[in-house]
Amino acid sequence: MIAIVDPYILVCSAFTVVATVFMGFWAARRSKSAADFFVAGRGVSVGWNASAISGEYLSAASFMGVAAMVMSSGYDALWYPVCYACGYLFLLLFIAGPLRRFGAYTIPDFAEGRYDSPLFRKIAVIFVLFIGCFYTMPQMKGAGTTLAYIFPGLPYWAGVVLVGSVITLNVALGGMKGITLVQAFQYWAKMFAISVPVFVLMAAYGGYGYQFKTKPSAPLPEKAPAESTWMNPFGPLTTKAAKAAKPTIVYTGELKSLREDWGLQWKGGQMGMQMPSVSFTTTSQEKPAMSILNEFIHAQLTSRPFSVLGASVQVDYSPRIEEMSVAQQGSTFSSMQAYTESLLVGLQRAGITVIQEGNHYTAFPTKDGTLKPINAKPYALLYTYSLIIALVCGTAGLPHILVRFYTNPDGVAAKRTTMWVMILIGVFYVFPPVLGVLGRNLIPSLYAGAGVSGTDGLVLKLPTILQERFGILGSILSGITCAGAFAAFMSTFSGLLVSMTGALAHDVYGRILRPQSTARERMQMFKWCTVAIGAVSIFLGTLVENFEINFMVGQAFAIAAASYFPLLFMSVWWRGMTMKGAATGMLSGGLLAMAAISLTSWTTFFSAQAAKFKSLGRTEPDWFSALKPYSLADFWSDHPLLRILCEQPAIWAVPLAILLMVLVSKRTARDIPSDIRMKMLVLHAPEELGLKQEYIREHEGH
Amino acid sequence: MDEELLSRLKARQLRLSMSCASAFLIALLALPLLNYWLPDAMATRIGGFPLTWLVLGVLFFPYVWLIAWVFIRKSMALEAAEVREVQQARHRETPRP
Repeated sequence: MIAIVDPYILVCSAFTVVATVFMGFWAARRSKSAADFFVAGRGVSVGWNASAISGEYLSAASFMGVAAMVMSSGYDALWYPVCYACGYLFLLLFIAGPLRRFGAYTIPDFAEGRYDSPLFRKIAVIFVLFIGCFYTMPQMKGAGTTLAYIFPGLPYWAGVVLVGSVITLNVALGGMKGITLVQAFQYWAKMFAISVPVFVLMAAYGGYGYQFKTKPSAPLPEKAPAESTWMNPFGPLTTKAAKAAKPTIVYTGELKSLREDWGLQWKGGQMGMQMPSVSFTTTSQEKPAMSILNEFIHAQLTSRPFSVLGASVQVDYSPRIEEMSVAQQGSTFSSMQAYTESLLVGLQRAGITVIQEGNHYTAFPTKDGTLKPINAKPYALLYTYSLIIALVCGTAGLPHILVRFYTNPDGVAAKRTTMWVMILIGVFYVFPPVLGVLGRNLIPSLYAGAGVSGTDGLVLKLPTILQERFGILGSILSGITCAGAFAAFMSTFSGLLVSMTGALAHDVYGRILRPQSTARERMQMFKWCTVAIGAVSIFLGTLVENFEINFMVGQAFAIAAASYFPLLFMSVWWRGMTMKGAATGMLSGGLLAMAAISLTSWTTFFSAQAAKFKSLGRTEPDWFSALKPYSLADFWSDHPLLRILCEQPAIWAVPLAILLMVLVSKRTARDIPSDIRMKMLVLHAPEELGLKQEYIREHEGH
Repeated sequence: MDEELLSRLKARQLRLSMSCASAFLIALLALPLLNYWLPDAMATRIGGFPLTWLVLGVLFFPYVWLIAWVFIRKSMALEAAEVREVQQARHRETPRP
């Protein structure tokens, strides 16, 4: 089929891009000083600033990812929009006011000012870059997916490169002043693009509540979760790790019968065996597999150490193909796998159940035992809590959001801004789940697809179903959601670029490499840094085609929650913090969380690649087969708890970071900054008292 | 400003933040537990919605706005009170002409 570009969709998307770029250029001519460039001159009104923060915050994850995840997982996915929105409350309660009073352009500024340590500034800068990178990847995925939808047949990477370049260029020329205006515009564009299709679709197909009562319009594809699972508060997302775990075997027969049937000899209650290589013939008719196993076990028992778990026999099976000569009634098997399959079938007929997981076998008499999957609910509860902690604390730790608080004229305005941000994003987040619910009922076919024809393309595709009834309206609405998607990843990516580039140009270049550089040189550097970081982000973006947008953003939140949140929270409220304590806690929490997350992403990458090769009918390349044993898939199925703790590390990483901060700070208490009293006053005393000025005078006096 | 004032100031602000945070956290953290222990009650249908979906997907937002609104009002009142207090103290310290 030759793909056709829908003109309405193209026009709407192009409009968003052109409007964004135009505003960027227009504002660029008006931004003059370096302060203008970095933080928009601090004089942005509450309404503008709140719209801009919301515009920056509502990323591809919110616009496309949440609806997609609600459709694919159901209730579980609701935690994402709710916590994305509510994380702001934490920011408001504990961090926004004091940070604003302290007055600094960036987090590294705060880190340095609070601890009088240029070294700590450098550490904080590196973290801005790390978290920023993690957060740009899903935005790029959103870009690649959307472009592949608009131009059917366009490869994913091409979309990433195209959109990435446009945004990078725009930021390099516009700076933050342009961004404030553009971000505010983009918030309203996104709000319009998500709400209008929802209202039209609900008018045509029934309201939010009604959709829960109706059944999907077409039979659900095999991959779709069943109604009960989808509605379950502990659904596919949170129970995934536990469901993948190896089932436990409940042995109901007597141990005696096991011994007699299998001819095993007890040795102090511990039994088992190793099967390094096997060579025997099996057919179920002439010689029951049972007796073969008996003989085999006998042979093994005489020569090898063994162990038994409970009443089931654990057969650790590490085949080395070159040693195998397996024959079934004279015929040789072509592969190890063919042999294994045949053996398993034979054993099954003979009344022995064998569970295979990788190269690991567990065998037991079928009549005496049942397979019992582990109870997934407690695991799901743990997963849920860890996710909540990551999202709520992570919001308070996102570098590109925090910098916005400095653009308020005073502390009261900063608080008002946060209130408005919460309302603006809260209203927005009501809509994506509605689309998810509608999507399940109206286009269940998306469950079967992958990439843009899978659930990640839901928001873009859903309005097109209106074409059947209302013709062109469907295309127009789909064009509007595409425009919204553009606004989403463009705004967040721009914001991230600014904060990452700010860190590079303002901190690394302006303070570390060339402190004597002029303002003009720094402006120049800002542009080059934008290009460099844009290029890195585009490269990273091309790697993540197989990951869910929303999931990746959740991971960025988890890292921010384990590093910046403890840093900010503790620095603001505890006067006993020292630089060493803060750095130890932030680095350990952040890096350990990142390492844990990478471990599970590694496994996801492998399974996604394997599925891709399979669907394309290609054989796995050598590098893939060579690395496959290290994909950790077996390890996770043996240890579901560890998998959850690695996939959602916030539940241990946040307390760990805080604990380390307290312990190390206590040990290095003599390093507490000497003017800590004044610093705490500046953080907490109302601005009207003018302590900030007093503080600056005092410093200059020395 | 003296030490006592600083610690009082910080303690008052922290108390306000903490009480608002607990109103939020109790609701947020209780929801998974309710889902865990009372799955049937939470699955009751209200206007088509399962109860737990209605709470999390719709009602939670206004609740959080309410907390934020209360916090902002109280914290502004608190700051105004602090400013008054400090200015009175300064006034007392200044020797009369």
